[in-house]
Amino acid sequence: METSMWRALLYLVGLLIFAGVNAAWLGWCERKGAARIQRRIGPCEAGFAGLLQPLADGLKLMSKQLLVPQGVDGIIFRVAPVLAMIPAITSMAVIPFSENIGARAMELSVLLLFALASIGMISILLGGWASGNKYAIISAARSVSQSLAYEIPMLLTVITVVLISGSINLREIAIDQQGGFWHWNIFRLKNGHFLTMWISFIIFFICSVAETNRAPFDMAEAESELVAGFMTEYSSMGFGLFMMGEYLNIVVGACLTATLFLGGWDCPFGLTPGVWWFVVKIYALIFTFIWIRWTYPRTQIYRLLNLSWKILIPFSMANLLVTAALIKVF
Amino acid sequence: MSGYWSDIVTGGKSLVTGLAITAREFFRPVVTEQYPWEVPTMTPLFRGHIELIGSEETGEPNCVVCGMCQRACPSGCISLDGKKNESGKGKALTRYILDFTKCSLCGSCVESCNFNALRFSRDYNLVSFDKDDFIMDLMNRLEEQNRCKR
Amino acid sequence: MTVPVHLRHDETFVLNLGPQHPATHGVLRVKLTMDGEYVVKAEPVLGYIHRMHEKMAESGTFAQFMPYTARMDYLHALAFNHGWALVVEKAAGIEVPERAEYIRVITVELNRIASHLLWWAAFLLDLGGFTPLLYAFDDRERIIDLLERVTGSRLTYCYLRFGGVYNDIDDEFITGARDFIKRLRGRLPRLYHDLVTHNIILIKRIENIGFITSEQCRRYGATGPVARGSGINYDIRKNEPYSVYPEFDFDVPVFDEGDSMARYMVRMHEIEQSMRIIEQALDKLPGGPVMGKAPKMLKPEAGYYYSAVETARGSLGHRLVCNGDKAPYKLKLRSPTFSNLSLFGEVAEGMMLADALAFMGSLDLVIPEIDR
Repeated sequence: METSMWRALLYLVGLLIFAGVNAAWLGWCERKGAARIQRRIGPCEAGFAGLLQPLADGLKLMSKQLLVPQGVDGIIFRVAPVLAMIPAITSMAVIPFSENIGARAMELSVLLLFALASIGMISILLGGWASGNKYAIISAARSVSQSLAYEIPMLLTVITVVLISGSINLREIAIDQQGGFWHWNIFRLKNGHFLTMWISFIIFFICSVAETNRAPFDMAEAESELVAGFMTEYSSMGFGLFMMGEYLNIVVGACLTATLFLGGWDCPFGLTPGVWWFVVKIYALIFTFIWIRWTYPRTQIYRLLNLSWKILIPFSMANLLVTAALIKVF
Repeated sequence: MSGYWSDIVTGGKSLVTGLAITAREFFRPVVTEQYPWEVPTMTPLFRGHIELIGSEETGEPNCVVCGMCQRACPSGCISLDGKKNESGKGKALTRYILDFTKCSLCGSCVESCNFNALRFSRDYNLVSFDKDDFIMDLMNRLEEQNRCKR
Repeated sequence: MTVPVHLRHDETFVLNLGPQHPATHGVLRVKLTMDGEYVVKAEPVLGYIHRMHEKMAESGTFAQFMPYTARMDYLHALAFNHGWALVVEKAAGIEVPERAEYIRVITVELNRIASHLLWWAAFLLDLGGFTPLLYAFDDRERIIDLLERVTGSRLTYCYLRFGGVYNDIDDEFITGARDFIKRLRGRLPRLYHDLVTHNIILIKRIENIGFITSEQCRRYGATGPVARGSGINYDIRKNEPYSVYPEFDFDVPVFDEGDSMARYMVRMHEIEQSMRIIEQALDKLPGGPVMGKAPKMLKPEAGYYYSAVETARGSLGHRLVCNGDKAPYKLKLRSPTFSNLSLFGEVAEGMMLADALAFMGSLDLVIPEIDR
C-alpha cells in the first residue's frame, strides 16, 4: 500500500513535469525550427539561444488580464481552455515510456486514448461556441466536422495494429514489437505485414496531424480567414492553455504513433531497448510535425473532408481487409 | 477514376518534394541580419531627413535664404527666416525649422537648392514618445555638428 | 467551389471582414452576408484610407505631386511615378533622353518583379503557407537594395523627374541587376515552383476557384493579370506602347482558364518576362544624360491629356486637365485595383469563406491605391 502511494505520487509529479516542459519548450522548438527552415535565427535574445523565451512568454501571458467579453457564457468560456489541457495530460498516464516506466498499464489503453482525444475536441467546440464570436463559431463547426471525419480512418488503421498484436493494451502492443526494426509494426516481416502496414502508418500520421489541428489541416485556427479561430476572444493564460494543450496533443500523438508503429522503446537494431529510444522517436515525429507545418499551405475544409472520405477511409478499409486476410492466410 | 490515382501519385510526389526543399533550406545559413547588433551598410544616396551644410571655413550655413526649398516642398514642412547681412549684401539664416512629421522624404528641397546648402542626413534611428521631437531646428543641429568637428 | 449550392437566404448572418482583418491586407472592409460558411453576398466597403490624392494634385505644382504618386501603390511605386511623369511630359512637351528612358524601364521592371514577389508571398500567407513568404522576401530585399542605391529610398520612391530621372545608374547597379536576375532564375524553379506551384495542396486550393469570364472583365474594366488570366490579351506596354517598350522583345502571358490558378500563373510568367526586359535594356543601355531640358516651373498649355501605364496590377490611367496654370486644373486617376476589386462582389457569391479569401488574394489588392 505504502509503495503504491509513492509510486502514484511520483508518476503524477513526473508526468506533470514532462507535460509542462514539453508544452512550454515545444513552442520554442517550433519557433526555432520554423526560423531555420525560413533561414532566420528565431528567438535568440532571452537566454542562450532564446531558451528562456517560453518563461518570458509565460510570465507575460500570466501578467495579462483574462478578458471575458460581454455576452459570453462565462462558465464554459473559462472551462474550455482547462478542458484542452486535462485530457492531454491524462492520456499520458497510459503511455508506456519503456518496459518499466508507465504510470498505468491499462487493458483498454488504446480505447481510453481515443476517448480522451475526443474530449480535447470538445474543448475547441465549447471555447468557440462560448465566445459568441462569429469567427470562433465557424472555427468550432469546422473543427468538429474535421475531427469526425478523421477519427474514422484513424480508428480503422488502429484496428489493423490491434489485429496484428492481438491486444488493445499499448504496453503489450509495444512488447509485441521488440527485437529490431523488422519487428516493428510498420516494417513487420512476419506474415508479410509490411505490405500494408506502411500505408496504415501514413494514414495514421496524416490523421494525427488532422486530429491535432496542425497545418496543413489547421482550418480551425486559420489566421488569414478566421483571425484566430476559436481562440479569437481568449487572452492571457486562456490563450496560453489552448496553446499548451495543442502542443501536448502533439506529444500524445507522437507517443501513440511511436508505440503503435515504431516499436515503442525498442532499439532499431535490437540491442539496447530503453526509454531513450522512445524519446528519440517521439521527438523525431514531433519534428516532422513542425517540418510539415512550415512547408505546406493550408488546405480547404471540403478538400480535407474529401481527403478523408474519398482517400483515407477507403484505403484504410482496404488495408484492414488485406491485413485480416494476411493473418488468416498465414 | 484515373484522375483519382494520378492525384494521389503526383500529389504525394509533390508533397515529398516540398519536404525535401524545406529540409535542404533548414541546413543552409541564415540570411537575416540581427538588426540592433548588425547594422546594414547604407548606400551613399540614402535619404534621411535633411540637414544644413555649413561652409568649410566658418561653419556658417551656406544658405542664402532664397526660400526655394520652402516653395518646392509638397507638404510645407520647411519654415525659415533670415536677416539682412551687416554688409548689406544678401541674407543670413537665423532660423530653419523642419517639421519631420509631415516630410515624405521626396528630396525636392535638396534638388531645388542652388547654393549647396542642404543635404540628406544619415539618421534613421528616429524614435520618440513626443511628436514635438520631430520638429527639428536645423540651425541647432548644424551648430552641434560644428562643435563636434572641433 | 463549383458545386451548385442551394443557399437559403432566410438564415444568414453578416460577417464584417475588416477593416482590420489579416486577409484584407490593409483597411479594406468587406461586408459578407453568410449562410454558414457560404457567401451569399459580398460588399466591399471602401474609403478607410482615402487621402484625396486627386485633390492634392490640384493644390500643388506638377512636381510637388510626384512624391504622392508613390504613396498610392506602394508596391509598384515607380510605375505610378512613371505614369505621372508621362502625362505631364505629354502635356508640357518635354523630351526625355534615351538613357533616362532605359533607366526608367529597368527600374520600373525591377519594381514590378518586387511587387509580384510580394504578391506571391502575401497570397501564400493568405493560404496559410508561411515559409514561402520568407523566401520571396529574401529575393525582394535584393531588388530593394538595388533600387535604394539609385533612388535613395526603399519603398515609396520618388525617382522619376519630368524629363528624366533623379539619378544616373552606375556599373555596380548594372552588375547587381544582372546578378539578381541570374540568382532569381536559379531560385524560381525550385523554391517557387517545386515548393509551391506544383504542390498538390495549393493546386487543389486555387484551381477551378474564382472564375472570372472575359465578359466580366470587360464589364468591370478589369485589367492587368486579372484580365490576362481570363484570356484578354491586353497589356498597355504592347497595346499602347510608351517609353521604350517597343524596342524590347517580350511576351504577354495570357491564360484562358480565368480561375485563381490562371492569375497566379500570369504573374509568375510576368516575373520571367520582366527579367527578359531588364536584361535587354541593360544590354542596349545607351550613354548620354539622364535629365533632359525641362523648365523649373511647368505651365502646360490648357487642354486635356491622357496617358496610361501598365502597373503590376493593371492599367493606370492619368487624365489631366490643364488650364495654363502652374498647377493641374483637375486630375483623374484610373487605378487598376479599384476595377479589379469591383469584380469581387459578383464572383464571390456562393463561394465558401476560405475560397472567397483565396480569390481575393489572387486579385492582388493594394488598398491605398483603391481609395487614393
